[in-house]
Formats: sequence, C-alpha cells, structure tokens
Amino acid sequence: MLEATRTLPFDIKDYLRLDTMPHFMCPGCGHGIALRALLAAVHDCGIDKDRLAVVCGIGCSGRVGGYIDANTFHTTHGRPLAFATGLKLARPDLTVVVVTGDGDCLAIGGNHLIHAARRNLDITCLMLNNEVYGMTGGQASPTTAATRLTSTTPSGAIEPVFDACALAAAAGAGFVGREVTRQAPALKTLIARALRHPGFAFVEVMSDCTEIYGRKNDLGEAPEMILSQKADMRPEARRDAPDQPFRPNALPTGVFVERDLPEYGERWRAHAAALRGETER
Amino acid sequence: MTARLTALHGNHACALAAVAAGCRFFAGYPITPSSEIAEHMSHALPRAGGVFVQMEDEIASIAAVIGASLGGMRAMTATSGPGFSLMQENIGYAAMTEVPCVVIDVMRGGPSTGMPTRPAQGDVMQARFGSHGDRPVVALAPASVQEIYTETIRAFDLAERLRTPVTVLYDQVIAQLLESVAIPPPEAVKVAARKWANGAGGFQPYAADDDGVPAMARPGDGHRVHTTGLTHAESGFPTQSPAVADRMMRRLLGKIDLHLAGIEKTETLATEDAEVLVVAYGITARAARRAVTELRRDGVKAGLFRPVTVWPFPERALLRAAETARAVLVPEMNAGQLVLEVQRVIGRAPPVRPLGRIDGEPMTPGEIAAAVRELARHA
Repeated sequence: MLEATRTLPFDIKDYLRLDTMPHFMCPGCGHGIALRALLAAVHDCGIDKDRLAVVCGIGCSGRVGGYIDANTFHTTHGRPLAFATGLKLARPDLTVVVVTGDGDCLAIGGNHLIHAARRNLDITCLMLNNEVYGMTGGQASPTTAATRLTSTTPSGAIEPVFDACALAAAAGAGFVGREVTRQAPALKTLIARALRHPGFAFVEVMSDCTEIYGRKNDLGEAPEMILSQKADMRPEARRDAPDQPFRPNALPTGVFVERDLPEYGERWRAHAAALRGETER
Repeated sequence: MTARLTALHGNHACALAAVAAGCRFFAGYPITPSSEIAEHMSHALPRAGGVFVQMEDEIASIAAVIGASLGGMRAMTATSGPGFSLMQENIGYAAMTEVPCVVIDVMRGGPSTGMPTRPAQGDVMQARFGSHGDRPVVALAPASVQEIYTETIRAFDLAERLRTPVTVLYDQVIAQLLESVAIPPPEAVKVAARKWANGAGGFQPYAADDDGVPAMARPGDGHRVHTTGLTHAESGFPTQSPAVADRMMRRLLGKIDLHLAGIEKTETLATEDAEVLVVAYGITARAARRAVTELRRDGVKAGLFRPVTVWPFPERALLRAAETARAVLVPEMNAGQLVLEVQRVIGRAPPVRPLGRIDGEPMTPGEIAAAVRELARHA
C-alpha cells in the first residue's frame, strides 16, 4: 500500500499541467480548493504521478482531471466508477482516483456508486457536491435542498436530498468521509486517509457553485458562501444540533466509516491463483 | 501442430477464441442468448491469468472493458440486443478515444424485450448507427460455429490494429448450435500487437502515423496523457477549433478506408453468371446457400453473395458479384435492414427486393428458393 510519506514541501505546480491554465472554473468555485487538496494529499502519500490515474465523469467535476499532470481519463456521464473498475482490475499497480459530482455520482451514476462500494475495489472516489448541475446551466440535482431555486425548480425544489455518505456506507464502503472546502487542511488530511485506505474509499467534498446556484439563491459572493459552510456543517460532536432549513441532514463532517474489509482486487487475484494451483487458498 | 477437431456450441467457441486471441479481461451482464459466453469466460479467465467481472449492468460492463483496455489488456464483453442498446454511448466513447475492444452481440427477437430465446438479425443497423454522431464502425457476421471462432479472433486483431471497437454479430441459432470446429494451434492465431508509444518526449497521443492509427500511451510508461470523449486535438486535449475538429474527425473515420482491404471479407457462390443474386449474412446465408445449390440443380441461375464483414459494407465486392444479376434478393431476419445498404450500393437497377422474417423463426431454404424463382420468372 501507500506507506511512503514525502518530506519535500508541496508545490502544486509539480502536479498541474501548467499549459492547460487558466482553468475554466468560475470565480469562487470550490472545485479548485478540492483539486489542490487532492494534489497535496497525493504528494503527502508519496504517490508517483506516472502511476496515478484520475478518472472523471461529465460536469464541472469532470473537468478537474484534465488539469492534473497524471494519467487522466474524462469518461462518459455517470460512468467513471465503472471505467475505473476495469482500469484498476487490469492495472492494480496504479493508484486510481475518481473525481465525480453530485449529479454524475448520485443521479445518472448512482447504480455504479453502490456497486463500487459493495465490491470494495481499491479506488478513491471524490464526489464534489455543489448541489447543482453547474455545467448545463444550474438545474436541480439529487442534493439540491428543499426550497432552493434552480433553473428546473423555478418555484423551489421539493424533492428530498440524498445523503451520499449514508448511501455509500450502507452499500458497504470501507471508508466514508465528508469535508467542506472551507476547511482545506482538514480536507487534504481526509483525502490522504482515503488514499491510504486499502479498498473503496468515498469522500464527499462540500463545494460551492457561486456563479449559478449562489446567485440564483441570493447566497452572497464566494466568501459569504464559503463562510456559510461553518454554520451549515456540524462536526460529529454536534450531530444533535437542530436542523436548519437548507441542511435537512444536518451534514456532519469527518470520517464516518473506516473498516477493514477484503479488497476486491486482492481477493480476485488470490481466487484466480488458487484456481491455477499456484497458492493455497 | 495441426488443428484439433472438436464439437462446440457457438457461445463456447466464442469464449475459447477470445482467450486464444489473448483476451484477458471480460466484463458482462447476464442476458439471453449470450450468457454462456460470460459463463465460459468466468471459468477460463482466472485460469489464464485474466480477470472476469460481472458488472451491475451493460453500461458498466462496456465501461469496465474500455477501462481495462486503456490499462493495456485485451478486453471483451458480450450481450444481446437490449444490452447492446445500453452500450451504445460507451461504444462511441471507445471509437472516439480509439480504445480497442470487442463487443459480441448475440441477436434475438426485438424490439424491446422481444423474443429472448429466438433468433433475429435486427441489430445490424444498430451496429452501424447505434451510437450518436459519426464513428468508425467494424462489424463481423459469422455464419457457423467454426466462423464464430475465427471471426472472434479476427475481431481482436482488427480492434488492436485499428484501435477501435469491433462488433461480432450473430444470432441465437448459431450461438446455441453444436457443430464441429477445427481449433487452430496457438502459433496459427495471429492478433496484432497494440502500437504502444515509446518513452520519447513531446508525445502527441492522437497524432497518427501514415496508417491513420496513433500509438497508444500505456499508463505508467511516463506519458501522462489525457483521454477524453470530447472532440480533441492531436494533444489529446479538447478543441473548439472547426479546422482541428474537421481534421481529427476525418482522420478518425478515414482510418477504416485506409485499411479496407484487411477488413473486408466476403464469400460468393455461383455468382459468375447469376441472374438472381441472393445477398445474405449470418445464419440466413446458410439457408441461402442451400437454396442456391438446389436452384442451380434445377437450372435456375441463382448466386449467393455473403458479407462476412458487414460494416464497412463491402461495396465493390457486391458490385462485382452483381454484374450479371437481373434481380437481387436480400433475405434477413428483420423487417428489412441490410437491404437498404444493398439498394444504396446497387442503385436503380437491377431491382433489389427484401425478404424479411420477424416471427422468431430462422429463414428456410424453401422460402428463399421460392422468392428467387419468383424473381427469376419476372427478371
């Protein structure tokens, strides 16, 4: 596994494709903070970027991979976990990270999330949750909270939201955690723990869509939106705090699940080797 | 070593051929009448040092196959019409990103759930046009268990050589037919090695060589390239430039034309002086062969043209076979699909007539012969 820890200071330029800059994310978008936290975690874990594969789906989150100086795959909408499953099984030597979004992972790709969690292949999945379909112009997603305005909920959303972490945990993920972009150091630490976890690790990153979602719902500019994460999110110790209207799940942060489960790739290789008579089962 | 003679069901032959061709990754989802391929692969691949994984649906199956191929493995999935429909978006992704893979589609009655245990040839146009946009298409249509074996191996060779998905189309009848098969010795199985990029700097992942096929970067070899289904430049990164988009798309589509001679495969029977030409593929071609043989015995000048490669459609070979024809008959187990392509190639004359069967039964030599006699009378 990933035992090495780098002692050299982290320089983000070592991990970016600088010729792809400037990036296309809107001013104030939280995805850049998530990208930086991921790269810093990759650095801390001592992962060789030649052996790092980043698999993305479609949407704003889907564009994050293209900026990373690694083996990057921009796949189809909702399917990055399925592509990553084939890649990781074919190439167990690679560190495979999936970067997905709330629409990509919970709506069109929901089936792949629950089965990736169940199968427990060694993939780290970062779901950047900005509560909206930003790329297509701000339509409601499975994490758009009740009463929020989007371009497809012009009178306010009325559907319940998904608690992605509870879903991943219930489906059997060995590692589940959530963090906000406001807490960038904690986010980096959480992602590093997820990368070190041998098995499927799910991290929900509470990002923010200032330009479309924030504007439409009068949530202020980027600083106000990021600062509001403090009031909206509760550390685990305060889970009994009363609900607030836009955070019906009283979203806690931190690590919710960390358990040792048989990793699928190792399990398959041992199973196949036994069938070939190479080792004792 | 010489070929070993054995008896196999079509789906079993397909799985054995895939393993012989070096396929070491299979992802699939159960569906009649293709499931035996997955079952055989689940047995064979762990023993061959490969990976078998049953995915949560067909979309995930083809995605995992593409992922494994991106990682460097020869990879395949197998399905039937409903699953083939679900795979179309990702087949387009594989074509756009130029990822070799093989898709077996065992055709059954459709549309929708249709007749799962009965044969059809209703996916021949889906194999051509199922994915949105224009893409390079290669599809092979074996007509016997022996040919399932050889065409599955050829599918891997073409996929690796051209860096494109290749579909093998056959139907429920030959999938579950038990026939004798000559298994060639391993040294006789020829599958092209994928053209991998070497470690040189300044690598452009979509800059093609003269053969129209770019070298592929293997993760871990130091190239760290970007792969995207967005229209991309030679660099692999997305482009909005009309000039670049046009150049890249024309190269992508044109690589099939550059390799046409190696892709096309056809068979003819008694076409030299044929007045009525039968154009048939897959299981239907076997009924047509019997019909043509019996018609010739009765003095009716019938001939058979059989595309083994259905896409790209072998236009010039068909025109040659149809030189003396005064009528063309296209029997197929659908309401008239490949007949549209035959009509396009032949033009206004001679007349091209469909003969469709959509009741879940294979075509009989008798009904094909009767239709030929009818055309011969009026031709």
